[in-house]
Amino acid sequence: MSLPWPRLRGLGARFGLAVALLWVLAAAAAPLLAPSSPRAIDLTADLQRPSLRHLLGAGENGIDVLTHILYGARVSLIVSVMTVLLSAAVGTIVGGVAGYFRGWLDELLMRSTDVLLAFPGILLAIFITAVLGPSLANVVFALTFTGWTGYARLFRGQVLSLRQREYVQAARALGASGRRILGRHILPNAAGPLIVQATFGIPGAILAEASLSFLGLGVPPGTPSWGALVDQGTQYLLIAPHIALFPGLALALTVLGFNFLGDALRDALDPKPVAMR
Amino acid sequence: MKKSAAVALAMVGALLLISLFLNLVPGDPVDIMLGEHAALVDRQALRHAVGLDQPWYDQLWSFSKSLVTGELRSSLPPFQKKVLPQIAAALPNTLLLAFAAMAIGVALALPLGVLAAARSHSAIDHLAMALSVAGVALPRFWLGPMLIILFAIKLDWLPVSGAGSLRHLVLPAITLGVALAAFLSRVTRAAMLEALREEFITVARAKGLAPLPVLWKHAFRNALLPILTVLGLEFGTLLGGAIVTEKVFAWPGMGTLLLNGIEARDYNLVRAVVLAFTFSYLAMNALTDLAYAAVDPRVRKQ
Repeated sequence: MSLPWPRLRGLGARFGLAVALLWVLAAAAAPLLAPSSPRAIDLTADLQRPSLRHLLGAGENGIDVLTHILYGARVSLIVSVMTVLLSAAVGTIVGGVAGYFRGWLDELLMRSTDVLLAFPGILLAIFITAVLGPSLANVVFALTFTGWTGYARLFRGQVLSLRQREYVQAARALGASGRRILGRHILPNAAGPLIVQATFGIPGAILAEASLSFLGLGVPPGTPSWGALVDQGTQYLLIAPHIALFPGLALALTVLGFNFLGDALRDALDPKPVAMR
Repeated sequence: MKKSAAVALAMVGALLLISLFLNLVPGDPVDIMLGEHAALVDRQALRHAVGLDQPWYDQLWSFSKSLVTGELRSSLPPFQKKVLPQIAAALPNTLLLAFAAMAIGVALALPLGVLAAARSHSAIDHLAMALSVAGVALPRFWLGPMLIILFAIKLDWLPVSGAGSLRHLVLPAITLGVALAAFLSRVTRAAMLEALREEFITVARAKGLAPLPVLWKHAFRNALLPILTVLGLEFGTLLGGAIVTEKVFAWPGMGTLLLNGIEARDYNLVRAVVLAFTFSYLAMNALTDLAYAAVDPRVRKQ
């Protein structure tokens, strides 16, 4: 029942792995790598272009852009990993229960995912964070609340096809409980697509957190976040374009890396030809 | 008929969900409006005036009733501004932006995807797919400012922000449309590869038809259904992305209205805008289903 360790091949996979490692490293070692504290201000360097003192330039009140990018990686790591873990957990439980037990429970759970899917794009997450106020926990809650449906639908489909397999029938004939069958027999065999979905969920959550922070609804004011930094930079496009440029580059690079990683994982785990997304 | 019932059901679910959220939140908009040190009398007066002293189902009922009759007003003192006229002014701008972005996405993605599929595993294919991977990764709130720096500040070809002319529309529409173009070109390529494997393509080629008619008349028409499906679903992403894009370009649409409502804590306005967004998305999906029949005679017969 163990997963075959996926063999990741190709330039894209290596690039993706490198980006993911860099991202984790930047987040973990931010206090060691950053040239200053994220709270430090340097009024003489207000909005200064990149220089030796501030390698990627300075923002409002002379905050160090490089420092904020490194600490911003932390925020994006915490939010995206928490969001993906929670969404996958909720989605797997709901999808598993719906797909295995069927009946009115299935109907009820799937109709509630329909209601959540009726909201376009990031709108519901914007509404939730607007009502709850800006904080990391609220962002994770909002993104989990809107994000679990994908995992639920995916895993439900897997359960529907796997529950008829002989080894599941055999386990049932031996008297295994529904929970045991779902957890020990179906989940390991459906793990591949879930892992691929989770890998694509990371860049999705990174982008969503950054978008919310850009709108002023994500992290509390003053917290280093890539989205908040771009927001700050849009006010100074004329005199200090570096403030918006560099955090956006970090963001695009991270998202790109994880998309490559997801593609490579899907090719490695799924023998079928390319699915839609 | 069945479609409109499903849309109505989803709208009721959405209304319930956002109303429940508002009532479950700890704390009270009145505290935020008046500040924590306001006198109890004032708070209660305001709470009564806003209707917050009612149970949640009464609040939901009066909200729905005033929404339907068009009497819905701002939930902020002095409760004068009607909500629906604001939405009526903003919605066309957002739809214009979304459809312009869609047009750009389709205009870029279809030729690119078809070409990539027709010459699969060639240099063109690899270039097109690399572009599409990069396009999906670009955050709109970053692409927008970068386009402003290049085309509005450095080159001075287009206005920085605002609305009112076709020239104002160009940068926001590109900002919103690039990600769709990138994703759609991958979908188009996959759908075309699928269609090109069909037997009727082999037959058409065996008959000696020229490659271009085979590509566009036989293969492309059969690849249209998955493309349409994705286009309908991605309309939701466009509406969500429009909120961010409108902030970047100060575009006077629903996103700007929503963010203003959030800032002012005008919950009536926020709820109505969220519902209008949701309705536009659901209506678009219903229209997509109708478009299937127009595109594919096999669907029409069923």
